[in-house]
Order: sequence, then C-alpha cells, then structure tokens
Amino acid sequence: MAEAAHTPGRTARTRTLSDIFKIEGVAIALVFILLVVIFMITAPRAFMGYRVYMSFMATVPPPMVIALGLTLVAVAGEIDLSFPSVVAFASYVFCILYIDYDMTWLALLAATAVGTAMGFINGLVVTKLGIPSLIATLGMLFLWGGLVTVVSNGASLAIPDIQGTLFHTIFAGRLGVFPVQILWALLTAVLIWIVLNRHRFGESLLFIGDSKAVARVVGIATEREKVKLFTLMGAMSAFAGVLLTLETTTYFANAGMGYLLIVVAAVFIGGTSIFGGSGKVVGTVFGSLIVAIIEAGLVASGVQGFWTRFFIGLVFIVSVTLNAAIEDPDKVPLLKQLRSRAKK
Amino acid sequence: MTSTAIVRLENVGKQYGKVVSLRNVTLEIGSNEIVGLIGDNGAGKSTLIKVLTGVEQPTSGSIYIRGKKIDAASYSVKEAHNLRIETVYQDSSLGEKQPLWRNFFVGRPITNWLGLIDVKTEKRIAEHIMRTTIGFRGAGIDVDTPVSRLSGGERQGVAIGRAMHFESDLIVLDEPTVALALKEVQRVLDFIRSIKAGGRSCIYIEHNIHHVHEVCDRLVVLDRGEVALDVPASSLSYTELADFLMSLHSARDTSAH
Ligand SMILES: Nc1ncnc2c1ncn2[C@@H]1O[C@H](COP(=O)(O)OP(=O)(O)OP(=O)(O)O)[C@@H](O)[C@H]1O
Ligand SMILES: [Mg+2]
Repeated sequence: MAEAAHTPGRTARTRTLSDIFKIEGVAIALVFILLVVIFMITAPRAFMGYRVYMSFMATVPPPMVIALGLTLVAVAGEIDLSFPSVVAFASYVFCILYIDYDMTWLALLAATAVGTAMGFINGLVVTKLGIPSLIATLGMLFLWGGLVTVVSNGASLAIPDIQGTLFHTIFAGRLGVFPVQILWALLTAVLIWIVLNRHRFGESLLFIGDSKAVARVVGIATEREKVKLFTLMGAMSAFAGVLLTLETTTYFANAGMGYLLIVVAAVFIGGTSIFGGSGKVVGTVFGSLIVAIIEAGLVASGVQGFWTRFFIGLVFIVSVTLNAAIEDPDKVPLLKQLRSRAKK
Repeated sequence: MTSTAIVRLENVGKQYGKVVSLRNVTLEIGSNEIVGLIGDNGAGKSTLIKVLTGVEQPTSGSIYIRGKKIDAASYSVKEAHNLRIETVYQDSSLGEKQPLWRNFFVGRPITNWLGLIDVKTEKRIAEHIMRTTIGFRGAGIDVDTPVSRLSGGERQGVAIGRAMHFESDLIVLDEPTVALALKEVQRVLDFIRSIKAGGRSCIYIEHNIHHVHEVCDRLVVLDRGEVALDVPASSLSYTELADFLMSLHSARDTSAH
C-alpha cells in the first residue's frame, strides 16, 4: 500500500524533505534557530557569546516543566491557570522546611506533595462542581495565592546558604558553566512525551480532548482521568517551584506570576491544539525556548523592556492562528471568508 | 430456551429531565438470539442501548446480566466490555483527530505492566482488521490516517470492524447500515448471520424492516418508550409486521385528536 501512495512524479528529494518536516518539532526548531540567527545579527554582542545561552538554561527549566504539564492539560481540552500560586506555595513550603528543619530532600518531597494535593483539589473542583476549567482554575489561582500570602504573612524568605549543598548541586548546580536544571527539564520532557504518545493515560487524554462523548462511549472514565490530570499538573508545578527556588534561593508570594503568560504562550506556540485532542511535547520544549529568547533578544537588541510583552503577545496570537490554520483552515473565520470570496 | 438470558431488563425507565424516553421496559436477550429492535424516530431505541451498555444510568428498574443483578451506580461501558458486550453506537464513537489504530483499541489498549501501549502490535492488528474484516481498499488510507479524513461509510466500517474484533457474547448494532453502500450492507447482514452461527447474540436496530425480518429470530417494537410488541420473527410475515407498524401510527393519530 505504501508503494502505491508514492506517485512516480514525486522526486525522491521532495519526499525526504517532506518526511523531515513530518518529524515532530522540526518546523518549530527551525523557527527557534531563525530567531537565534536574527538576534545574532541585531544583538551580536550578547548572542555571539555563550553566556546568554547558559543563562537561558538556568531560567527556562521551571516554566518549561510547567508548560509540559500544561500541554497534557490542553490535550484534554482543559486549561489550568492556577499554577503560579502552586509554584509560590511549593516554594514557600520548601523554604520554610529548609530554614526551620534544614530539610532538603524531604522538603522537596513535602513541596511536591502539597502541589499534588492542590492539583487534586483543582481536579475535584473542575469535575465535581462542573465549572469550566478556565474559570475554576482562575478562581483557584486567587484562592491558593491568597492562602500562601496569609500563611507566609506576606513576607519573603531567602535561603542563600543552600548553595553548595549536594542537593543544590544535583538540581541547580553547574557542570562547568552548564546549568544542570535543563537536564531535569529535558528528562521531564522525555517522560511527558512517553506519557502522551505511548501510555494509556495519554491516549485517554487525547480522546477526552477530541470529544468527551466519544471518550465516554469507548469506556474511558473521563472524570477520574481528569482528576489525575490536574493532580499531575499540580505535582509538576510544585517541582518547577522548587527548581525556581533553588535558582533564585528566595521565596516571594508573586514568584510564579511572571510565568502565567509565557507558559501558556509556550504551549500553544509549540503547536498543541487550542481545541484539544492533539499535543506536541517537542513543540512545547521549543515553545518555551522561543518565548525566553524573544524576551532576552528584544532587550539585548535595544528594544525597550516594556515592548517584550507586546511582542510575545503578538507571536502568541500569530502562531496560534497559524497552528489552527494548519489543523483546519476553516477553523479560522478570516481565512474561511477569504477563501470563499476567492472562489467567486 | 433453558439457559439463562444474557441480558434481562426489568421495568427499566429512563428520563432526561422531563422527557420520558423509556417507560417500564422489560426485555430479555437469550443466548444465541438475534433480536431486531424496531420503532419510530425518537421511540427510545438508542436510549435503551445506552442504558443497557452503561453509557447512561436508568432512572428506574434493574438490569441483569447472565442472571446477575448489575449495580447501576458502578455500571459503565468498561464494565459492559468486561461482561463481553460490544456496541456499535448510532452516534459517532470515533475520535476525529486520532489515527485509526488508536480508534480500534481505545479504552482497552494492549499494554505492558507499566501501562505503556504496544503500538506495533496494535497497528499490526488494526491493519489486519482493515484489510480483512472491513475490506478497505480505499486509496491512501492506512492505520495512521485520522478518522476526520474518512467518509461516513468508512467510519461506520471502523466502528463495526472494532466490534467484530473484540468477539463478544452480545453485539449491539444501532443502525449500522445507515451510511453504507449496498454491498457493504450485505457485509453487515453477513456479519449478523456469522454472529448467529458462532453461537453468540445480537441486538440489531434498523429502520429497514426488510433487513430486520430477514436476519432476526425475534422482533421487538418500541413505541414512545414502551414495548409494543415482542414476538418470534417466524410468527409474523413481513407484511403483517409492516401492517402492525402502520397501525401504531394510526392509533397515535386518533389519540392525538
Ligand atoms: N441526551 C438526551 N437529552 C434529552 N433527551 C434525550 C436525550 N437523548 C435522547 N433523548 C430523547 O429521548 C427520546 C428517545 O430518543 P432515542 O435516541 O432513544 O430515539 P431512537 O429510537 O433511537 O430514534 P432514532 O430512530 O431516530 O435513532 C427522544 O424523544 C429524544 O429526544
Ligand atoms: Mg437511535
């Protein structure tokens, strides 16, 4: 059957080219490389050296880990906007346990457990109260954020002396100049890729996002899978919170807030469907890098800092539209109108 | 028939808000029995199937499977699968964006102890089902094709092929021939005959009473949520059946006035 599909008219060269583009992530990787090249021209002093890349690899892992979790959430046709508060909560738990009890491994465990519990509750709110996740998790963003501010008395914490501990070296140390946390983020990416593309849980999420009615009829326990999903998202946000805390060695209540825009942008720039039912893990990895490089590159190119958000917003809208158009041109009303006008 | 029925519904009722879709339905499907379920649009046939296969919970009454009472609260599609009941639903039961191979196995994938899917085996079996059972000769369709690129009839074929693969004791077909070309309709009828020959049972919902009369052992007519007729197919000729269905209409018309 495969031989018949290739008509003799197609040359071997175009075939291999289109095959390369079919590999997950190739297109977006090229976009990333293009951006790097552009910034090498507009800001050679920063982008021709290695230092800017090392600093990326130190700062990108936390939002990347969250974006990987959010990719699964988006695949199921849901969204979780509560993660900035989960990041802050996990950061607080980690700091306070380190300060008061000198815990490191146990503090990581406790912080992740707290995030997991928060995610579990998010899942219950979404499934049992039947509130759409966009609204439910927006509410939980405030609820958890308010709670952590109350618990921490609004104060910030600093744990500078954690640097140099074995624990810090393992999760946020440097191999020479190379930040190790990027390895943790990439390991997470590999695991999430396997979960989405090879595990039965991922398959359930794909079908739930495709159509809830179909998922039910084929025997997927949609509610239970969604609770699991939000629980996993909570755990991953908490892990990201600990990574962030180790890099900055501080806790403050707004620690995760800066991630809200860039994480959501990273997921959908990466090509995960805004309609649910399909997700690109490799895309999310590059989406996270692209968002980070836009932020740094614009500043280094001399564009005023305020403009970075404007541009990320712009890139976000453009790439989401492009991704939707690739999925189905008729899903973009503007293109649909243009096409029908062209036919006349 | 002396052996216990595969399925027995007792005074089952189903309401959607104020809409009463099923009223006091009592029905038995024996082993190795092909039962034709007939009735007007909106008579409650699909609702009956959904209650029977765990998609919807009944509002009242009870369900017995092989003589064992089913706990309605925990009954689910998965449980029905485990009890060897297989269904081809009237509404699409395929994930549009998902490849064919996933659609064959979703809900019960072939996995190892970690829950990782054996993609190679699933694809191989899916390929086999496609070529032998469904008879897809379609150009450019393979196991990686997403459902959204299939025609209505091809989709129906996938759903039926899936039901054929997971050999079950009871196979429920809710209007399986609607989107199919004449030749494919014959395939479905042959499939139903093979169910009979294989000693298994089937519920066959169909508006073409000619087909129903041809392959079924028993005929059940639903009318506005109630069982209006339940007889062996041999006791009624095709014309008598048609006359009975028409008489339901006239009865309704006079009662409406
Ligand atoms: N989810 C639902 N919510 C509300 N009412 C419903 C729902 N599903 C079915 N109904 C109602 O229940 C009644 C029976 O519907 P059902 O789908 O069982 O009919 P049917 O016999 O399968 O008809 P058809 O031959 O057209 O498929 C109809 O009046 C329908 O409007
Ligand atoms: Mg129906």
